[in-house]
Amino acid sequence: MFHFKRTAEAMVLVSALFAGSAYAETLKIAYIDPLSGAFAGVGDAGLKQFQFVADDINKRNLTGGPKLEVIGFDNKVSPKESLNVLKKVIDQGIRVITQGNGSSVAGVLIDAVNKHNERNPDKSILFLNYAAVDPDFTNSKCSFWHFRFDANSDMKMEAMTDFMAKDKSIKSVYLINQDYSFGQAVTRAAKEYLARKRPDIKIVGDDLHPIGKVKDFAPYVAKIKASNADVVISGNWGADASLLIKAAKDAGLSTPFYTYYFGGLGSMTAMGDAGVGKVKQITEFHSNIKPNKTEKFANAFNAKYGGPPNHLTFYYLRVNNEMYMLARAIKETKSIDPKKIALKLEGMKFESDTGEVEMRATDHQLIQPLYISTVAEAYRDPKNPKTAKFKGTDPDVKYDVEDSGLGFKTDARIEGYVTAQPTSCQMKRP
Amino acid sequence: MSKLRYRPINLGRWLVWGITALVMIVLPLIFTSGFTLTIMSQIGVGIIFALSYNMLLGQGGMLSFGHAVYSGLGAYFTVHALNLISKGTFYFPVTLAPIIGGVAGAFFGVIFGYVTTKKSGTTFAMISLGIGEMVFACSLMFSDFFGGEAGIATNRVMGSNVLGITYGPAIQVYYLIIGWALVCMAAMYAWTQTPLGRMANAVRDNPERAEFVGYDTHMVRFLTLVLSGFFAGIAGGLSSINYEIVTAENLGALASGSVLIATFVGGAGYFFGPIIGIIVFFVMVTAVGGITQAWLFYLGLLFLIMVLYAPGGFASLILMHVPVIKARLMRRLWLPYAAAAITGVVLLAGLVSVVEMTYHYSAEADTNPGMALFGLAFNVTSYTPWAVAAGLLVGGFIVSRFAWKAVGKAWGEIILGLQERRA
Amino acid sequence: MEFFLISMLNSLSYGLLLFMLSSGLTIIFSMMGVLNFAHASFYMIGAYFAYQISVWLGFWPALVIAPLLVAAVGMAVERYGLRTVHKYGHVAELLFTFGLAYLIEEAVHLVWGRSSVPYVVPPSLDGAAFTLYSTDYPIYRVFMMAVSVSMLIGIYLTLTRSRIGLVIQAALTHPQSVETLGHNVPRVFMLVFGGGSALAGLAGVIGGNAFITEPGMAAAVGPIVFVVVVVGGMGSLVGAFLASLLLGVLQTFSVALDYSFADLFAKFGYTVDPDTPLAVLWNLTISQTGPVLPYLLMVLMLIFRPKGIMGSREG
Repeated sequence: MFHFKRTAEAMVLVSALFAGSAYAETLKIAYIDPLSGAFAGVGDAGLKQFQFVADDINKRNLTGGPKLEVIGFDNKVSPKESLNVLKKVIDQGIRVITQGNGSSVAGVLIDAVNKHNERNPDKSILFLNYAAVDPDFTNSKCSFWHFRFDANSDMKMEAMTDFMAKDKSIKSVYLINQDYSFGQAVTRAAKEYLARKRPDIKIVGDDLHPIGKVKDFAPYVAKIKASNADVVISGNWGADASLLIKAAKDAGLSTPFYTYYFGGLGSMTAMGDAGVGKVKQITEFHSNIKPNKTEKFANAFNAKYGGPPNHLTFYYLRVNNEMYMLARAIKETKSIDPKKIALKLEGMKFESDTGEVEMRATDHQLIQPLYISTVAEAYRDPKNPKTAKFKGTDPDVKYDVEDSGLGFKTDARIEGYVTAQPTSCQMKRP
Repeated sequence: MSKLRYRPINLGRWLVWGITALVMIVLPLIFTSGFTLTIMSQIGVGIIFALSYNMLLGQGGMLSFGHAVYSGLGAYFTVHALNLISKGTFYFPVTLAPIIGGVAGAFFGVIFGYVTTKKSGTTFAMISLGIGEMVFACSLMFSDFFGGEAGIATNRVMGSNVLGITYGPAIQVYYLIIGWALVCMAAMYAWTQTPLGRMANAVRDNPERAEFVGYDTHMVRFLTLVLSGFFAGIAGGLSSINYEIVTAENLGALASGSVLIATFVGGAGYFFGPIIGIIVFFVMVTAVGGITQAWLFYLGLLFLIMVLYAPGGFASLILMHVPVIKARLMRRLWLPYAAAAITGVVLLAGLVSVVEMTYHYSAEADTNPGMALFGLAFNVTSYTPWAVAAGLLVGGFIVSRFAWKAVGKAWGEIILGLQERRA
Repeated sequence: MEFFLISMLNSLSYGLLLFMLSSGLTIIFSMMGVLNFAHASFYMIGAYFAYQISVWLGFWPALVIAPLLVAAVGMAVERYGLRTVHKYGHVAELLFTFGLAYLIEEAVHLVWGRSSVPYVVPPSLDGAAFTLYSTDYPIYRVFMMAVSVSMLIGIYLTLTRSRIGLVIQAALTHPQSVETLGHNVPRVFMLVFGGGSALAGLAGVIGGNAFITEPGMAAAVGPIVFVVVVVGGMGSLVGAFLASLLLGVLQTFSVALDYSFADLFAKFGYTVDPDTPLAVLWNLTISQTGPVLPYLLMVLMLIFRPKGIMGSREG
């Protein structure tokens, strides 16, 4: 026993030594997301933003020494391929990974990271999730090694229904979602939360359609119309979102749409002006929030990447939160050891651009304020020739996204504590 | 394809099988990194899958666009079985668990196969596509069984360890896969020699005649598909042990398309063709995919070129040379081959440059115009590199044509010579 | 009533679009025996060409030029690709077009990027044609229907009344005799392939802005077009027409039916609760399965009537 303790102490010393030597070096972060194929556009935008933030951190030396370097790895949005990539990442000695596109990939990575860390405790891997929103990841499947910087789908629904509950004119709601785990979760949460907050609201329609298979949404719109719903809630994304809103416009449907991702990367271009005044989204950030402390940073990013061919717009405030919090954890622990960083991130409170956010220690879910906003035409400022192509009249909609001429106008800010959900997580800590 | 049949010499057969087994066993001792081991495990699973696919395409003449249905469902059944085993619901050794996948694959082969095998050719191809789409769509709807987007996870390490085998370390899983791969390869090869295997060939080549002889072509195709589903299911079961997770992508059109491409590129007319194909495929995906984001383009191009100019796949290209070597005529080919190789390198360099520069241009011409290719750094927005690349491409194409004509001529003479000798 | 009428119109317009897509495929298949896997890719490049041309010249020139460009691409594919693999049989031809679909998608990624392009309905066709009770019916859908109906008539007249149509029909059954009569049969095939591709391209021009123009659009419609061809009967134009309309009606009206097996069982006094075996299956509503129904229809068709609705030959 005594010997064992001694050995353990020696080990700690040795590892501290190694950590010390590595401290002045570079912390590599593997960005595992699609960089080829159909989803490469989204993956590429994310990578550029990560690298942009990393440059900022290195320039300002926020880590107190180590440089951050974000390296892109192409997982081809395939869970299997992601596992191969993870092996490659481990082989290269990279100990921090980040990923966001697709809960399927995130689920696989959490599982693989858990197994790896269990089987190789001295080479543990840290997984920072910036966009996969399956609530399970911070409940039944929660892991000490996984941190989520995006609000999960239940939290977003909590915020959305909170906003809706205050609107007494809403008497009936229509749900339309993609028939897979995320869409089903949205449907379930919407029914549950509305029943709790506003039992008088009727669910007049509940459609689940196969994901990516519907070409013509006109029949669904006819059904929505026939139901006389006051509001539509939808978790659709990608083509399923754009097609739905186009069909709604064609049929002259004026019902507002409460959505998760209708304003997501690339969607505004596809949707065009069909969504103006009608589509609401829930996000942690958009370019026209007030006060906008991210404005300067976002403008710098847009100046660099906003031009052709990709017309990127700063989108993920959560990427900034993730990277700045990581940098602070490194600075405070004076170490780039994943376990120490993880212990420091747990419960960390951080002053983000939209207010204080907290990485809840019990389940590693970031609690952050969210915004509900509506699609609007960007403001045409007579004094600013750059806005000549815009058509809007509301000065609050200062910026558009992805050169589409459309931006967002805030309806409400929902504080973090409102969105917080009870968790069933029973975390096993090493 | 149908005429390109080749029967290996019996003496050589043992040698080939022995060497294959030896290489598979020794490889991980040479390449020890975790990543290579993963890829080799994948290739092992892929070999079973591609060979099972070739039972349909090569031996049975059925072009399927939905073969991943059988391996994917096999994988799901195996993963559920593994979870039940670890819960203690029933006992079954992990080593034999892929059998569960195989049985599931065969079961769905019976269900879907009866309808789909009524016809061969284009009709079969389209129906297999439709069934694949249907199963994939269902897999997303029924999240209880398919685990929705996150899939079904399992832990292959369970129960008591037999002789120190826990299947915790990846190397043990690799040897499990290799063991299964060798058994399945032998079984599938043996199948080609059975009466059913022979009849499958007959039905592929001339269904009318097979029917006149008294065989039920539908039944022959049906049995072939069930057996093929069985082996695909085994491959699925192994992949679920290897990854410890099964997601809907295992059933998807991409998985079905990949096995088709791999099998065809390797050579559907030969038993071992798909094995070459799978290796080439994984090299494209991992090695080329690791260097460039244009790998899909190159893969598509390779596939098209094979369809157009070498429909027998790499296997036929290799086997073409066996009689030439035997007749000691290879020396006539060296010169044209060297010319073709040199001009080919020029053409390839031109092609790669144009493709890579286009990719780079379309992705980040405005923010990061600088790029490096073949060790040369340049700016994609300037004209010179484009002119050079285009010159290489066009020039390479022109000189390649001469070289290929020479190759064609040399081959013509050799074939003539061989025919004379035979006569 | 409002719902029924609007849904009827919706199913009609969707069915007609499906017909536009599948008619080219059917013609190519019936004339040449080639199942063109890349047919939906021609639909996609039709939409992209139309987008590009409408940026430069406007929508109306695009409506004419884009299908012609697609026809040119199609002819080139036939001349330099399909003709080479023709000697290896239909399966090789199918494989060739399968590979081509991959390449076209990558090429589209390269030229137009990986997300959608803003290809929109021209202002003159934007807005409501008429209002039925309280639902608007867009002009553009009326326009789509008009284009597909005139296309149907055009194909019919070309094939039955024009000289080239007669040559095509003759080349189909007696290629040798036609060749002896001095017609260039390979050229006829090239024209047929180009024409079929142009029809897909035309569908792309008017479908691309009605829906969205993105690199995934080919993969999204591809399988459904095959279903139309199988259900309608391989190679039968009339069959494809009927199957398209049938699928349009099926997909539109299935959305409205929120019935499941559980409701059926309830009629007989048996309730399905979450513990019932296969409860998920019994609780699945028809509207939920809507988009999968075409594939189901295809399988049923193959069991009970393998020829398809109007098919004359089997496979």
